[in-house]
Amino acid sequence: MLKQDFPIFAAYPDTVYLDTSATSQKPKAVTDAVAQYYATENANPLRGLYDLSVRATDAYENARAAVRDFIHAHSTKEIIFTRNATESLNLVAYSWGRENLCRGDEILVAISEHHSNLVPWQIVSQKTGAKLRYLECDKTGLYTEESLRNALTPHTKIFAVAQISNVFGDLNPIQKFAEICHQNNTLIVCDGTQSVPHMPVDVQALDVDFLAFSGHKMYAPMGIGVLYGKRELLEEMPPFLSGGEMIEYVQRESATYAELPHKFEAGTVNVGGAVGLHAAINYINRIGFEQIQKLENDLTALAFAQMREIPGVQIIGAENAEQHHGIITFAVDGVHPHDIAAIFDADNVAIRAGHHCAQPLHQFLGVPSTARMSLGLYNDEQDIERFITTLKSVRRRMGYDG
Amino acid sequence: MTDNFYNEVLLDHNLHPQHLHDLPCATCSHAGLNPSCGDEITLHLQVENNIVQSGSFTGVGCAISQASADIMLDLIIGRSKDEAMHLASLFKKMIAGEITDDELDELEEAGALQNISKMPARVKCAVLAWKTLELLLHESS
Repeated sequence: MLKQDFPIFAAYPDTVYLDTSATSQKPKAVTDAVAQYYATENANPLRGLYDLSVRATDAYENARAAVRDFIHAHSTKEIIFTRNATESLNLVAYSWGRENLCRGDEILVAISEHHSNLVPWQIVSQKTGAKLRYLECDKTGLYTEESLRNALTPHTKIFAVAQISNVFGDLNPIQKFAEICHQNNTLIVCDGTQSVPHMPVDVQALDVDFLAFSGHKMYAPMGIGVLYGKRELLEEMPPFLSGGEMIEYVQRESATYAELPHKFEAGTVNVGGAVGLHAAINYINRIGFEQIQKLENDLTALAFAQMREIPGVQIIGAENAEQHHGIITFAVDGVHPHDIAAIFDADNVAIRAGHHCAQPLHQFLGVPSTARMSLGLYNDEQDIERFITTLKSVRRRMGYDG
Repeated sequence: MTDNFYNEVLLDHNLHPQHLHDLPCATCSHAGLNPSCGDEITLHLQVENNIVQSGSFTGVGCAISQASADIMLDLIIGRSKDEAMHLASLFKKMIAGEITDDELDELEEAGALQNISKMPARVKCAVLAWKTLELLLHESS
């Protein structure tokens, strides 16, 4: 039903799209809002002293206020627009990390992290001499409070973890993790990329220090992302990029920086993207998380129950559907994920194959790569039926008996 | 009536590879990797008097990369290094869609991979073993 809101499914009526964890499709409400902005409000924002520039500024800042409300932040000063979650996490690593870490300190990273919340910390570790350590999960992706407590030392300055893993689909108890970290004077940087589009997220209730997410995975355009940071932390952090817009006053040898949030938004910003993100938030709110979660969880359970019945199919992660949140990563005995994805593609079903930007996790699990199906609010029971029909045929079409 | 996804030759070499094993007598080895898809093979050859006396591969990858490696070894074992290099260049020509019928005959069973030239996403998988062969022979000379 919600498929009608997405023009791409009218253009490709026979395509089943099960790769929302990689990027979501865009509703007409979003693409219309972006077109409308460029047609009626476009100018360089934040600096022009004329009507159109003021309109562009309002469009941009209204989007920021919508994001603040959406994740229940205290202030718009805590909402930094970036290109995507990767840039948001790099901002934390480069700006906070390089300023606050030194030899003797420790960085703790969950082993299931996406490369975007892992490689920046590797680089900061190499530059500062701080030691990079990993928090390991069990084979189902579970991290316990006890394992976190045991991994923290008096030297642990920051813990990097996703709210929902893009491989396991499981939900980490971030509120509890934040509490444990703070008791140890450790900051927590949370990757909300796979959670923010699919469930209500309240940064004040979670009490995370930083939260990063991408617009393009939550029905907004590519090229707009968000970093939430607690104001007192952001105030103390040096700029990430420098140039126009992020300055207050520049002399030949030095400059003073603009106030939050502009200190972290150098150069002309992506107003069109922010307007699209605003429209995506409105779209999500109009449907409501209650309905979105019911729809996605019901379809997850439907797919999960049938996948478990197919001989030779192994599901990665938790053994109950409720822990998968629209993400089911799997392997098929004797068939490389590349061939799995190629067979699905031949049947017009789009899934992901590979390491899902989590190579250390795949090394830890002892599998070189996997296949993944992931859901969005536009998926329906027919999509799951098509997915299961193809999955049942994979081993046969690769020449195995039965 | 079968609904095989790949042709019989490719499926058979993937399911029953003859040359997927270690080679203790190898005189040279070379690793090949497709980082984006995770295919990784290591090619082992025993080269004596300029002749590929025996060969094998180890590693993991998709059906196309595995079958291509197995078919390649069938073809080059017993041949001279120059002949092996010639076949590698013919294989790449085939995947680029530029091969003549006579040249295709020279590739024997490897001709079963010809239609990979119409699957751009899989070209890297098909040529992995052959590129690794070229690097190995180049280094060992």
